[in-house]
Amino acid sequence: MIQFLQASKRYPSGHDALLNVNFEMQQGEMAFLTGHSGAGKSTLLKLIALIERTSRGQVIINGENTSKVKARRIPYFRRNIGIIFQDHQLLFDRTVYDNVALPLIISGQPPREIARRTRAALDKVGLLKREKSYPITLSGGEQQRVGIARAVVNKPSLLLADEPTGNLDPELSWEIMQVFEQFRQVGVTVMVASHDLDMIKKLGHRILVLKDGQLIGDTAQADQG
Amino acid sequence: MKPSADQLFEDVTSRDKPGIATSIRTYFLRHAQVFFYSLGQLWRTPFAMLMTAAVIGIALALPTGMHVLLSNAQQLSGGWEGAAKISLYLKQKTTEAQAKKLANKIHKLDEVAEVEYISSEKGLEEFKQRTGYDTALKALDDNPIPATLVVTPDLRFNNAEQLEALAKQLGKYKQVDLVQLDSEWVQRLFAIMDIVSQGIVILGIMLSIGVLLVVGNTIRLAIQNRRDEIVIVKLIGGTDAFIRRPFLYTGFWYGFIGGFIAIVLVFLSLYLMSGPVEDLAGLYQSQFALHKMDFGTIITILVLSIGLGLSGSWIAVGRHLREIEPR
Ligand SMILES: Nc1ncnc2c1ncn2[C@@H]1O[C@H](COP(=O)(O)OP(=O)(O)OP(=O)(O)O)[C@@H](O)[C@H]1O
Ligand SMILES: [Mg+2]
Repeated sequence: MIQFLQASKRYPSGHDALLNVNFEMQQGEMAFLTGHSGAGKSTLLKLIALIERTSRGQVIINGENTSKVKARRIPYFRRNIGIIFQDHQLLFDRTVYDNVALPLIISGQPPREIARRTRAALDKVGLLKREKSYPITLSGGEQQRVGIARAVVNKPSLLLADEPTGNLDPELSWEIMQVFEQFRQVGVTVMVASHDLDMIKKLGHRILVLKDGQLIGDTAQADQG
Repeated sequence: MKPSADQLFEDVTSRDKPGIATSIRTYFLRHAQVFFYSLGQLWRTPFAMLMTAAVIGIALALPTGMHVLLSNAQQLSGGWEGAAKISLYLKQKTTEAQAKKLANKIHKLDEVAEVEYISSEKGLEEFKQRTGYDTALKALDDNPIPATLVVTPDLRFNNAEQLEALAKQLGKYKQVDLVQLDSEWVQRLFAIMDIVSQGIVILGIMLSIGVLLVVGNTIRLAIQNRRDEIVIVKLIGGTDAFIRRPFLYTGFWYGFIGGFIAIVLVFLSLYLMSGPVEDLAGLYQSQFALHKMDFGTIITILVLSIGLGLSGSWIAVGRHLREIEPR
């Protein structure tokens, strides 16, 4: 599903944000990405979503080499990936419902399908009752859940989350992790970047550790080795 | 959030791809929604929107109004051209018989519709009546007015060059002393109107470019204001076409509303002018009244201004959308 082969990212500033990263994730696998601030977690997720391009090496998603995806095809490529951001990235002048429905509108779903799927996704994150609210009236945790609903509404096979629980209390963080867990159970590949080592360890999934752009730890390999 | 997860997720995921008919219908429905949504967005800031639209309207009303006035002038003077006549002043010693013979000859020419013979006596009579120089003329021994043939050209030969050519040709008869083309000043007027018409076209082109820039700049600001939204839409798989669409429709609405304002302004100006113009025409015993814009002009203005709105936004979107990428 995800395959990094000697992948490196050097920003125009000359800084090597990622250096020769190798790992592989199977469909339906869940992994946490951790490391100090500036280690390259966000950069790694950006390479997967083609927000940035690899400088060297290869990133293969669903059998597709990202360096071969032309700019014009990037939107279609991204429709298969649900992305959840630390800062939610919601549209504040639209209702919760409209925010969640947006990916379906973009991909040209018929209106009835949009209504059905949007409500199902909102129900999934427990916000069906707030569908007519504006994001500004929601709490941080609720906004994050709107972001999750939007990320899954288009049935992506891959879910990326960049510090989704960054500023939430432990209980809320735990709840959100449970939502991810549910998606993994139905076959979605989930990758979550997080600082919260305590919680990550409790959840017991694979952990990838980055340090200064290099992958210095991978619990999956540790298990095998 | 009690997980009956599988079931709910199944609900989220399962569904066959929509059929082609549904896809097409959805596509048009979406276009219609964006079409009216962008109008709704504009109405949320009616003052800003009307200011921009008014700039477009005034810029387009100026050449349009001038064009309408010019075509009024052309219509009015068109009647004068039909009245173009060529006067042939005959040499003093020409007899009446010779003159009538020449008149017959000229009448047979293709270019000529009518020839009228005016003897020198009759000419003198008319001159007296017109001017009242009765006593002054009595002081003269001889009748100073020559016999005249007034030639009315056939309507098919009624443009400036052909009249000129005909006048020249008629001047070659040996009895003819002097040829006078009565319509020379009309021709000059037409030449001036041609220049004015060219001027209006040039003005129209320059103001159209102005409109293009105004719309382009307005859309550029709109794009910058929605930068965050564009980034988000790109992140969740929105194509350039999808992102472009609302801005193009916004340009359409600016063009449409601007064109509408232009039409209203021209109508209003013509209405305000029609009173004085009719008063003036009355002084000349003329029935002339200002013609309003015809339907063709109205449609042309609307099409043109919508075209300018669309192109202006197209240029802005092409230049600025590419710069906005998620980081
Ligand atoms: N657009 C950019 N241009 C130049 N350097 C960048 C850019 N984005 C990130 N970097 C640098 O690359 C390194 C990795 O950044 P990245 O955002 O991937 O770190 P991170 O692990 O997500 O950190 P954090 O936990 O603080 O979010 C950092 O040193 C950062 O300064
Ligand atoms: Mg980061």
